[in-house]
Amino acid sequence: MSSTTEIREQSAANMNTANANPSKVNAARASSWSLWTRQTLAVMSLEIKKNFLSRRALLLYLMAGLPLVLLSALALFPPPTDEMGNFSEMSVVYAAIYGGLILRTLIFFGCAWVFMNLFRGEVVDRSLHYYFLAPVRREVLVVGKYLSGLIATIVLFSITTVGSMFIYYFWLFPSESARFFFDGAGASQMLAYLAVTCLACVGYGAVFLLVGLFFRNPIIPALLLYGWEWLNFLLPPLLKKISVIHYLHSLVPVPMSEGPFAVLVEPTPAWISAPSLLLFTGVVLFLASLHIRRMEISYAGD
Amino acid sequence: MTPTTSSTTTQSSSPPASRPTSTASPASVASLSSDKMIVFEDVSKFYGEILGVNRVNLQIAPGITSLVGPNGSGKTTLMNLMTGLLKPTSGRICVLGTSPDAPEAIFQKLGYCSQFDSFPRGATAREFIEFYLRVHGYTKQETREMTHSALGRVSLTEAADRKVSAFSKGMRQRVRLAQSIAHNPSVLVLDEPLNGLDPMARAEIIRLFRQLADAGMYLVISSHILHEVDMMSDSVVLLHNGYVVAEGEVRGVRDEIEEHPIQILIRCDRPQVLAARLFEHEQTVEARIHNDRQGLFVKTRQPDDFYLLLNRVIIEQNLQIESVAPVDDDLNAVYQYLITSDGGQTR
Repeated sequence: MSSTTEIREQSAANMNTANANPSKVNAARASSWSLWTRQTLAVMSLEIKKNFLSRRALLLYLMAGLPLVLLSALALFPPPTDEMGNFSEMSVVYAAIYGGLILRTLIFFGCAWVFMNLFRGEVVDRSLHYYFLAPVRREVLVVGKYLSGLIATIVLFSITTVGSMFIYYFWLFPSESARFFFDGAGASQMLAYLAVTCLACVGYGAVFLLVGLFFRNPIIPALLLYGWEWLNFLLPPLLKKISVIHYLHSLVPVPMSEGPFAVLVEPTPAWISAPSLLLFTGVVLFLASLHIRRMEISYAGD
Repeated sequence: MTPTTSSTTTQSSSPPASRPTSTASPASVASLSSDKMIVFEDVSKFYGEILGVNRVNLQIAPGITSLVGPNGSGKTTLMNLMTGLLKPTSGRICVLGTSPDAPEAIFQKLGYCSQFDSFPRGATAREFIEFYLRVHGYTKQETREMTHSALGRVSLTEAADRKVSAFSKGMRQRVRLAQSIAHNPSVLVLDEPLNGLDPMARAEIIRLFRQLADAGMYLVISSHILHEVDMMSDSVVLLHNGYVVAEGEVRGVRDEIEEHPIQILIRCDRPQVLAARLFEHEQTVEARIHNDRQGLFVKTRQPDDFYLLLNRVIIEQNLQIESVAPVDDDLNAVYQYLITSDGGQTR
């Protein structure tokens, strides 16, 4: 069946579902899924181009490239102290670099930039109505745009994670690092960091997509969220759990010291952390879908 | 073509009675079920405390229906409500049996050429239309064919691979029009579709609208250019301050404004030359050069004849025309005249 016919039949099927017999309803549902998949892929292909090639992407490249540049500079011009001279300390120092710079700051703001702009950017550019005028369920738009943002951030920040690890380890201690990565715990640590990077993009992405939908100026809520995530170590155990960073911390391979004032709690096991984050993401995307169904296009004031 | 009523129905500009009105004749309305019409049932839209439209009852049949009214009268609000870009505060809208709340169903049969003059950055005309046809779910091959056909219908085939950002306002208008008709909808909603077009392009696009309407499509067009409404519409809905104040056959509205001159702004390279030539003809009531000396305000009582004359003068004098557009303020005066002259009574 050609897709043109399929689209029209799907529309007819949607309108006549109440009167249709079960086999026809099932056929219409299957047809709907195939149409939604095609539409999601179309939205994704358009959005991925924007995420990677538009002027807005420059900031994302800068954020993703920053640790690579800094660590390269550190390798070229090492500090005079012997802090960097001990291979056994490397994984602890890298955990601090990853947790403080890459995860808490760059991935956080990278996701904020990409995901808040998925809808808010289109409102500012006055082009969101083109999507709203297409025969596509608005939930499909949410999914397509979210997945495109996810691809962009995961690709770039995974390169950042792996690249920064390699630069950091291999530049100073090439032979020890080779053993660490090929015979020791290096490879599994790298995979764990990669998983944390991916989950951070998944969780923060969903949150910022929702923030971009709800707020005309999403910078302020993003900064408030940043403060909440940074101060997580000071929060009582129950409040700690209402954050993304808490679950991500539980997954990092080398625990980070949070300082003398930190309220210490038992880390959440990985088998709870990862599904919790995914569940949380699902709930946030569901809320975004509910909101977008009722969303009006009024560019005045944006 | 849509059968129309034999006279114009007018309502006072105070809140009208909540009775259904139709832009088609009673006979044709009776013969069409509600899933073959565009129906507004007691629709109101408020932006906070500001009135968009209030208690609108309409039934729109196939053919060209023009929404006419000055800026802020509620034309765009009605169109945005019809296409689901806005949600009504109260009331119900149904487009050929489908609610605008179901975009996946309604936009199979509806195309909307909005006034938002914005495009994805860096896109060519072809890419722009193809992008969104892909989102409809069409295959690449279908998308290519439909895009080619749509661009051809608005005479943009040759410019198809140029970036939209480099287009003139008129060309951008035509790109949006092509995008709205690309998926062959049966309802076409067009918000000021002739804005920014030169006289020849206007004539061409009006011809296209006429063809589409004659093929049985529903065209809902907003305009504040009454003589164009007169030329192309089967019926009109006259809006003022968010209320439908009159609706029905075009002739009734035209009679009301025949004696009132309209003002047109022509942006061109040599307005003095144009003014001198236009003054030689009786169609020109008044001409005044724009302060920036790059344009000419002209008043005329016979817009059809005037546009023919203008085309002739442009060719004779080899003038470079940037745009030709009626001027809002003066049209507001026309509507004031129309609305207040006899208290909105039928002529």
